[in-house]
Amino acid sequence: MITFDDYKGQKPAWCPGCGNFAILNTLKRALVELDMEPHQFAIVSGIGQAAKLPHYLPCNLFNGLHGRSLPVATGLKLANHDLTVLAVAGDGDCYGEGGNHLLHAIRRNVNITLFVHNNQVYALTKGQASPTTRAGKVTKTQPFGNPSEPLNPLALAIALDCSFVARAFAGATGLPFLQEIMKEAIQHNGFALVDILQNCVSFNKENTFHWYKDRVYRLEEGYDPADRVEAFRRSLEWGQKIPTGIFYRNERETCEQQLPPIREMPLARQPVFPSEAGQEVNHFF
Amino acid sequence: MEYTIRVGGEAGQGLQSIGSVLAKILSRYGFHVFTHQDYMSRIRGGHNFYQIRFADSPVTASRDQVDVLLALDMDTIEFHRQDLHAGGRIVYDAVSLGTKFSGQEFLDIPLARITEEKGADQIMVNSVAVGAILGLFGLDIEQFAVIIKSTMSDKGEGVIATNITVAQAGMDFVEQNYPDLDSFKVVKPKTKGQMLINGNQAIGLGALVSGCKFFAAYPMSPSTSIMQYMADKAQQYGIIVEQAEDEIAAINMALGASFGGVRAMTATSGGGFALMTEGVSLAGITETPVVIAEVQRPGPATGLPTRTEQGDLFCVLHGGHGEFPRVVLTPGTPEQAFQLTNKAFHLAEKYQIPVIIQSDQYLADTEWTFPGFDTKHLLNEDFRLRDQILKGMSSYKRYAQSDDGISPLAVPGTSRHLVAVDSDEHDEYGHIIEDAPTRIAMVEKRLHKKMPFIRQEIASPTYIGHQQAMVVLVAYGSTFGVLQEVYALLAKKHRIGMLHFTEVWPFPLVEKFDYVALLKQAAHTICVENNATGQFAKLMRMETGFEFSARINKYDGRPFLVDTLLGEINDHL
Repeated sequence: MITFDDYKGQKPAWCPGCGNFAILNTLKRALVELDMEPHQFAIVSGIGQAAKLPHYLPCNLFNGLHGRSLPVATGLKLANHDLTVLAVAGDGDCYGEGGNHLLHAIRRNVNITLFVHNNQVYALTKGQASPTTRAGKVTKTQPFGNPSEPLNPLALAIALDCSFVARAFAGATGLPFLQEIMKEAIQHNGFALVDILQNCVSFNKENTFHWYKDRVYRLEEGYDPADRVEAFRRSLEWGQKIPTGIFYRNERETCEQQLPPIREMPLARQPVFPSEAGQEVNHFF
Repeated sequence: MEYTIRVGGEAGQGLQSIGSVLAKILSRYGFHVFTHQDYMSRIRGGHNFYQIRFADSPVTASRDQVDVLLALDMDTIEFHRQDLHAGGRIVYDAVSLGTKFSGQEFLDIPLARITEEKGADQIMVNSVAVGAILGLFGLDIEQFAVIIKSTMSDKGEGVIATNITVAQAGMDFVEQNYPDLDSFKVVKPKTKGQMLINGNQAIGLGALVSGCKFFAAYPMSPSTSIMQYMADKAQQYGIIVEQAEDEIAAINMALGASFGGVRAMTATSGGGFALMTEGVSLAGITETPVVIAEVQRPGPATGLPTRTEQGDLFCVLHGGHGEFPRVVLTPGTPEQAFQLTNKAFHLAEKYQIPVIIQSDQYLADTEWTFPGFDTKHLLNEDFRLRDQILKGMSSYKRYAQSDDGISPLAVPGTSRHLVAVDSDEHDEYGHIIEDAPTRIAMVEKRLHKKMPFIRQEIASPTYIGHQQAMVVLVAYGSTFGVLQEVYALLAKKHRIGMLHFTEVWPFPLVEKFDYVALLKQAAHTICVENNATGQFAKLMRMETGFEFSARINKYDGRPFLVDTLLGEINDHL
């Protein structure tokens, strides 16, 4: 049995008090509860504070370019679907630089679990507006106030019929629920988006731990995540009250299930070189 | 004996079907065939043509003049009439074109009427045209029937039989009405049928035999037919072909799949490659094998989407920030494209680097004949560590230092060893570092240590001709064929040679073959490039200090043709 201590990793390079510590530890606990060993999964990430996460626990990892975690994760999963593939990104990484890839990853429905550390600010570059920063907020690079409306990742995902859509809060009070959601998301067969609300102690003095704590609540008992229209309605709720939980899930066929070449066996386990490909030359006569 | 047929018309009129069927028939009869296409960036209308040159000896380029012009519209007659060789003929249907021409070069063949008389659908007018052309050359209908039976097997017996009937009718019409065209009659070669293949098909075939299992791309002319070829083979060979949302995604998917343990590739043109460059750099620092086919079209930006140019050499040599090793291969024929694609996969995986196969619209779409391709000597070696071998290792470090700079490339998930790769500078385990000594060690590992070994793999340029040549023609990539023909014509009068490069980066070692000495002794060294600025000539000067005495550059979006190029070279001599 794998234990929490087996997931001991390098010392993180995050600011003291960063929400990322809680997310990392919660992910480790979820992996332990799922009895997943480090070699059984891979974490793909881009660039940003969140994207450093895979370095801080033992795992297979591909820490690539800003915004590009999902295409790498897609290629990896299609090459070897026996491997559990997680993607970890921040709001700037995934909703800004990599926005186009998110749309198409949702459509494509490869069985990848995406955790977005959403702190509503660019932290690694020190405090500019991110795609989820509220309109009007003044920053060093938006001196007249952020002119753009924030992106609503949940509404976007539900509109695209994303296979699994959830939100969680990475403050102490939200961690047991985050852990449950992480487990559900990893076990879900299909593309899963988990938007994780977190604080940024250095660059977001507005959306603090207390700001979130006063607003977040769990979707009520009896809420039906199969109801897409209701899920969409609830995803629009933001302000004094912010719902958390699994908003929407469906069991639609994954990309992998639709590809005949990998029905029997992952690509990475098939023979490396085709035995009869030389005969293909004959087709040109 | 040699003839050139040009089929012209609007997009959508079926000139591509006519051209490709004729080329296939001629190659099966054992003729040497060379075809090239000239088409506009539109699906219907405009003006396009398909040119077929066939001969009883090898042909590797297109001529300027034509012997038979098949005009499917009036524009074809207007645009190409002046290219007609003395004694050439223009085949047309006076009723369909609404004009009757009186010159003795015109052969009025009522293609539509023949189709109608046989009760066939008007779409089969193209089969009548094929039959008429075959009749003109005194050939039979046998191979046409074989091809129609295989390509139209899903259309039913009736459609196949009618196509053959109307083609025969077209042939009969020519024989009955133009019996005095003996000058066109050809004798079928004694040699057996040849394979007919274009540059993009050759790259696809090369990828297939090299074990490419994952292909991600965003469609972009003129590279798209590589993706189509791979998709066509996906089921039989177990290949995943993913149409990405953009070229950035395409190369990142390929890198993800390569990390996952399979041979991966992408293909694009210049604009798409420009988007991919950050991914090329990512392949560089993560040392992830990837093969990229860059099929050029004239730029900048959208340029001329369906035409040809060699304008992206510096783009692929330098695209991607930072310093890392890469290989750039520039095939000149479909056979070279096939072999070099195999070499691309081999080098990419052996040295864990990006390898770029650079081609262009001209090579992509020109069809050539060959007696066959050598599939017995493929460079197929699996350099990845997986399963038992990996399990047997006591420890594993993705970027372990080594004498040659090559670290063990393990497949994640096939053992308990963890595989970590990073776009940040990293230590031997793949974790982020910022200290100077580790940085230096990693640059030396992936760049300085590997480069001498990679350089040794690069083939010398091909030299054909006199050992003390007074004139040396130099080129790289797709101009090989036309240069070869021009060289052969000039060799009758001059002490001449031709030097052609198919592997341009790292630049070939003079220690292996001193091509610079060869150039230095010649009075005239002429670099022929299908671009405006002479990028290859600049590369030569950068790498060897040698400067050509003259350059011939063409940047109208069209390929070099034998006769024009011959004239331009003669102007320099």
